[in-house]
Amino acid sequence: MRTKIIMTILALSAFSSFGQTRYFTRNGKITFLSDAPLEKISALNSQGTSVFDGKTGQFEFAVLMKAFEFEKALMMEHFHENYAESDKYPKSVFKGTITDMAAVNLAKDGSYPVNYKGTLNLHGISNEVTGKGTLSVKSGKVVAHSDFVIQISDYKIEIPALVKDKVSNSVKITVDAVYDKM
Amino acid sequence: MRCTIKCKVVFLLLALLQLFSTGIVSAQEDLLSLLPAEPEKKQFVKNAFKATRVITGQSLEQVAAGVLDFRILHRFGAVNGGLEEAFGLDNATMRLGLDYGITDRLMVGIGRSTNKKELDGFVKYRLIWQGTGKGSLPFSMILISGITKVGTPWPDETRKNYYSSRLAFYHQALIGRKFSEVFSLQFMPTVVHRNLVQSVEDEHDIYALGIGTRLKLSRRVAINLEYFYLLPDQLPSSNTNPLSIGFDIETGGHVFQLHLTNSLGLNERSLLTDTNGSWGKGDIHFGFNISRVFTLSKPKSFRKPETGN
Repeated sequence: MRTKIIMTILALSAFSSFGQTRYFTRNGKITFLSDAPLEKISALNSQGTSVFDGKTGQFEFAVLMKAFEFEKALMMEHFHENYAESDKYPKSVFKGTITDMAAVNLAKDGSYPVNYKGTLNLHGISNEVTGKGTLSVKSGKVVAHSDFVIQISDYKIEIPALVKDKVSNSVKITVDAVYDKM
Repeated sequence: MRCTIKCKVVFLLLALLQLFSTGIVSAQEDLLSLLPAEPEKKQFVKNAFKATRVITGQSLEQVAAGVLDFRILHRFGAVNGGLEEAFGLDNATMRLGLDYGITDRLMVGIGRSTNKKELDGFVKYRLIWQGTGKGSLPFSMILISGITKVGTPWPDETRKNYYSSRLAFYHQALIGRKFSEVFSLQFMPTVVHRNLVQSVEDEHDIYALGIGTRLKLSRRVAINLEYFYLLPDQLPSSNTNPLSIGFDIETGGHVFQLHLTNSLGLNERSLLTDTNGSWGKGDIHFGFNISRVFTLSKPKSFRKPETGN
């Protein structure tokens, strides 16, 4: 009888933790902003795919470069053709870990400031990124928000001298994602 | 109560499951692979050419919805004019044009050429858009219809002149494919109908088959070639097939198209029925196209001012 009880508890906890520690989204929003003296260029991608492990704090975020939308068609063309080379490097992936996951209680509604570090792969180049963000828990959903700045020269994206005043080397990336339980 | 062997195995399995689920082994796993794979989204292939013109003829590209393209096509005189004509630089013919994208598939344009004071207008519609992913076709097909109107004074004011005599019409299909980042190819069957022709022997309907191609040399430089084959016995023997070769150079904001051509025609009628230069005899014209785009209407997601996060 005792073994049966232990087995039941084990089985329940095993399956329940399978179901509850991981979260995902398929419509995470990524925006970026290049704020150069002569021109502001912003783009929006609302098809970011991400999985986030509530227990370990590990997360991964992937975006298709072709899904970025721009204000002007010419900006989009230049982005894909000259800078991101989206046909050659169709995806950008961020793999990271929330370093202070212990302070977050996903079972309780609230807003938790967090730190994370990870690797951003963009334009075929990987660089380490650290940043701050917030995790907000509300009725079972986890809302993540963060922004960080990258230098696009770190990712071997060159800006021709002629458009130096129109395209900024430092680009601010903002992430907003609403995670559902997996 | 003693546990049977079967029970022990189940116990062990459950314990293992517990281990896996608590993430001890999950350190190296790929989290994104846990999501079921999504079917590949249908995507349109873009930028088969850098500009909406290969050289003089239309290309597989169109201006995007809400974008106005101010385009100047410019051709100098023939280089065989020698030093006296500054190798053609003394003469010039040009077409000023405005193209507008009503939708991403439908574009309209008007233009005015100095040659014969000709006005022209056209409609360009993308029937098939080359794509990747489920349900997409591996090529593009674009249909173009246009009208041209000659504006020079009537050569003989005494006879009865009809307004319709100034008009010509053309229809063109572009069938092509962007084979790779580097190579694009299109075929351009074309018919030009002229209401009035020089003599009774001349045909009103002129049929031609064109070919246009791009070879991308670097991110910002491409080499283009455009050739129209006029079906035989339609035009006087002095007419030649238009052949142009050129470079597209992108400088960040603009695409400069620099080329050499045996034709001074800047719309489909004059390109196909007025060309009489011969490459072999040096009737080669240097020319360029420049364009400046204006975004008149922004895409939906950018119309509202940003409210912040």
